[in-house]
Amino acid sequence: MLWIDCPWCGARPETEYRYGGEAHIARPDPAATDDAGWADYLFMRTNPKGVHAERWMHREGCRRWFNVLRSTVNNEVLAVYPMGAPRPDVPGGEAEGG
Amino acid sequence: MAEAPATPRSPLAGLAGALAGAQAGGVTLTERPARARLNLRLDPEDEEALAAAAAVLGAALPLAPNTAASAGDRTVLWLGPDEWLVTGPAAEADMLTGALAGRHHAITDVSAMYATLALSGANAREVLMKGCRLDLHPRAFAAGTCVQTALARAQVILHRSGNGQTYEITVRNSFSVYLATWLLDAMAEYRPA
Ligand SMILES: [Zn+2]
Repeated sequence: MLWIDCPWCGARPETEYRYGGEAHIARPDPAATDDAGWADYLFMRTNPKGVHAERWMHREGCRRWFNVLRSTVNNEVLAVYPMGAPRPDVPGGEAEGG
Repeated sequence: MAEAPATPRSPLAGLAGALAGAQAGGVTLTERPARARLNLRLDPEDEEALAAAAAVLGAALPLAPNTAASAGDRTVLWLGPDEWLVTGPAAEADMLTGALAGRHHAITDVSAMYATLALSGANAREVLMKGCRLDLHPRAFAAGTCVQTALARAQVILHRSGNGQTYEITVRNSFSVYLATWLLDAMAEYRPA
């Protein structure tokens, strides 16, 4: 069981949340994007072994979305930060691939 | 064609007998009478809107997460950084709409959305602990605390009243019979034989 710090409500068990996939994926302008670029936006994710930036929503609490940096190796939650904020620097947190 | 206003009918009406039998022992369970409930949203950085709402409600909107404010027979529960649940007399919707005219806000009447159960007594916390993952010890869950969480897998608003003696559990109507039945079962060991 993960315990995640909601930026507003505090530490709550994982079952109170909804997972929202990888964070920081910007939607390109459809009119200025070819099929390959659109497919990349829709389907391609970084899937790192290590620090992953992802979106969570406090479904059974305040119902707000926020971002989390989580290690996919040991499930450690390394940072919690607002939607729209840049990805914080954490040790070993350099984005790989993608 | 205008219809006569509907008379509120509790979704827990069918459990009235069981609830009447849950008034003795270490923990008691009661349904709160129907009241007006408003979901209020406004920008917490809009000082004028906060002041206008506070003037109508008689209490400042609580801005700290997991808190509540009370004034007379009115309660304001924090639901989110820009969202509150106001419980009180029915006249508030029009008063709030007038006071917040021209300001960015939303007022939604959710009176018929929820039922509220009151769990009291020396063993009330033990009953809740059977179905709630949060730390309910008084050092972590002081009187006046109000959280949204899951109780027996149902989403609830759990408010420990100001005197600390009662937990008010606000739950969607459609979950209320399930949750009240679960509570009655969880209470059984603390009731007189
Ligand atoms: Zn929350």
